[in-house]
Amino acid sequence: MLYIPGNNPAMIQQGGIYGADSILLDLEDAVALNQKDAARTLVRNMILVTDFYDSEVCVRVNHLSTPFGLADLEEIVPLQPSAIRYPKTESPEEVIELLNIIEKIEDRHCLPHDKMTLHAMIETAMGVQNVFNIASKFSRIDAITIGGQDLTADMNIIYTPDGTGIDFARKRIVMAAKASHIDVIDTVFPDVNDEEGLRRETEYAKKIGFTGKAIINPRQIDVVHEVFTPTEEEIRKAYRIVKEFRSNSAAGIGVFAIDGKMIDAPIVARAEYLLRLANVTVE
Amino acid sequence: MLNSLGREIPEYIEGIGKLEPFQGALTKLSKGWMDEPTIPAPNKAYLPHQSKLCRTLEEAIIRSNPHNGMTVSFHHHLRNGDILLVQTLTILHNMGIREITLASSSLNECHDPILPYLVDGTVTRIFSSGIRSELGQAISKGVLDTPVVIHSHGGRVRCIHTGKIQIDLAVIPASAADCEGNATGSHGKSAFGSIGYAVIDARYAKQVIVVTDNLVNFPCIPLSISQNFIDHVVLVDSIGDASKIATGTTRITNSPMDLRIAKLAADVIEHSGFFVPGFAFQVGAGGASLAVAKFIREKMKTKGLKGSFMLGGITSYCVDMLNEGLFETIFDVQSFDAVVSNSLLNNRHHIEIPAALYANPFNCGCITNKIDVVVLGALEIDVDFNVNVITGSEGKIRGASGGHSDTASGAKLTVVVCPSFRGRIPIIKKRVHTIVTPGETVHVLVTERGTCVNPAFPELEANLRKAGLNIKDIHDLEIEVDKITGIPAPLEYTDKIVGVVEYRDGTIIDVIHQLKEK
Repeated sequence: MLYIPGNNPAMIQQGGIYGADSILLDLEDAVALNQKDAARTLVRNMILVTDFYDSEVCVRVNHLSTPFGLADLEEIVPLQPSAIRYPKTESPEEVIELLNIIEKIEDRHCLPHDKMTLHAMIETAMGVQNVFNIASKFSRIDAITIGGQDLTADMNIIYTPDGTGIDFARKRIVMAAKASHIDVIDTVFPDVNDEEGLRRETEYAKKIGFTGKAIINPRQIDVVHEVFTPTEEEIRKAYRIVKEFRSNSAAGIGVFAIDGKMIDAPIVARAEYLLRLANVTVE
Repeated sequence: MLNSLGREIPEYIEGIGKLEPFQGALTKLSKGWMDEPTIPAPNKAYLPHQSKLCRTLEEAIIRSNPHNGMTVSFHHHLRNGDILLVQTLTILHNMGIREITLASSSLNECHDPILPYLVDGTVTRIFSSGIRSELGQAISKGVLDTPVVIHSHGGRVRCIHTGKIQIDLAVIPASAADCEGNATGSHGKSAFGSIGYAVIDARYAKQVIVVTDNLVNFPCIPLSISQNFIDHVVLVDSIGDASKIATGTTRITNSPMDLRIAKLAADVIEHSGFFVPGFAFQVGAGGASLAVAKFIREKMKTKGLKGSFMLGGITSYCVDMLNEGLFETIFDVQSFDAVVSNSLLNNRHHIEIPAALYANPFNCGCITNKIDVVVLGALEIDVDFNVNVITGSEGKIRGASGGHSDTASGAKLTVVVCPSFRGRIPIIKKRVHTIVTPGETVHVLVTERGTCVNPAFPELEANLRKAGLNIKDIHDLEIEVDKITGIPAPLEYTDKIVGVVEYRDGTIIDVIHQLKEK
């Protein structure tokens, strides 16, 4: 997910060419207070006229507690981007308030309530505390994300490249997402020139369960894709597991072995997930 | 008369002579010889132990028989750090010499100070592979009565062989030279690497001055330029601004756009059918073109694939690939940074070549004929894949033909990389302002918004589609880009021709008209 400042027309215009799975047009932290109105209008117009090719488009609006949040929703919701990203989500009550406003706007524009989804950003200690209820109670929330910089600020700690301070939050947020069967996207890696650091952090995020990572520069796309894309070897192995599972199941065998290693239901489930990611069908 | 690309070419231009229209990239070559007679190189004589050393450049010029109407040549290996072209023309100007034909292998921003000499008639004709900055703007506005002639690097050699350019005086800066004029660019405080473009000047000029800021004991090794062609040698404090001649190593661009285009281009090359063991490769020295080398390098390592040679303008990146064993040889006609000079000096697989061997179409095999894959840039490209690298979107001369058409003509796969628009100006046009490289020699265009394959190469397109690459019809891409940018108002020109673009075989591929003053 590629962050693009909502007040930069050139970057928005080129947003779709880099091959990011989704782009996030940011009206919140990337936009200075005195440019909020102009950015909102710009993002609205660019969504209307720009071809973002295969990238999904999300918009991060300002929080409803700010003077800009409501105006952002009034402008953006009628465009029905793939998702609205809501910053500093701290409680289910906030989400209820947000959804009420969104659905009223959708009603005024005769739009359905099930097309555009919500991404809840968890970037305060209170949000981390309530993340299970935020993630699990709303069908429109199909992803939660962690905002590392804001979270460390809220915790009064310094952000370090090893991510020690937010490690608990990362894992708790991942667990909430897994319990709710929704996507979970890791925070940005701020040093665009440190490719190895990005790779290390992305590999860690994948290892603990994140399903994607936010990025701030198109140069970071390839590394994130390389980490999250299953390798050819992994795909071949998963394919073999699923295929043999099906033929064994047909013969009434539940547990079997491949190359001396036991294959049971959890391993099959993981192999099926990997093949879905790789868009591979077992014949 | 119309040439085969539909461009109107006059039959004759005063000061240039009779023009022959372009008829196809290989039409003239397919005969197997050049119709135009080759002029003899001058024969000169020096007495034993006669000194060639002159105290000053001015003294050397005085000894070189300066006269009105003379042709003076230079090489551009010092790039934007050159100071000797301006110094030489200033000396000639102060002597009252007029109607000079300037035949520099290219002209850069550092040569802008000669603009007054174009205005006052000191310089009245120009032959060059590239013209930029204020000189380009002034020429586009018609400062010269006689159009400039833009040639390719290979075409310049042919121009000299045929006498189209008859050099009276060649001034050759060298970073090291001895008292006899043996000279090189590969070492010394002002090292610039290969001196390949100047070799033909040394051979054919009636008078040759080697200028160096590093006079070494005889003999100067390597003999990139050899003493038997040199008349005078001058030691000066400096041949140029070292910081602008060559510095450090070449860095790959950080521009996400250039990197994106480069990655797509590398994918094209990988699946083209030409990315095979022993392939020969050339890339440009900057932007997306050089960045392609980064991705090709990774792909070669991943696949364990080893190429044959790299050619052309050589960067430290090429040297790294040679040292890693990814290629066996570098043929270097022009070097772009300090690391390259060291490699040229010390690695016998890094070979300095003259422009004739690099790209002259009329010999028994220039090395561009052996290229498998070349990656080139473009200022504009049209829906027939014709490429403009000489005039900008505002119609002014601001680029260089260089080796563009030479390498495109020789390569099995010519990949043009450029953004689909710059600023608000579309780069893909229905018709480019000026054709430098004919579309028949361009196989693929790679932009950030898609890849277009010249329909003349259906097998290539099939290969790329099979690999799942995003292939678009170039007409569709043009429309897509026009929707983003709008269509710029057409440029307005007068009937006056300010530039003639020679194809490498000497035929005229296009002319450049004077821009109307607004």
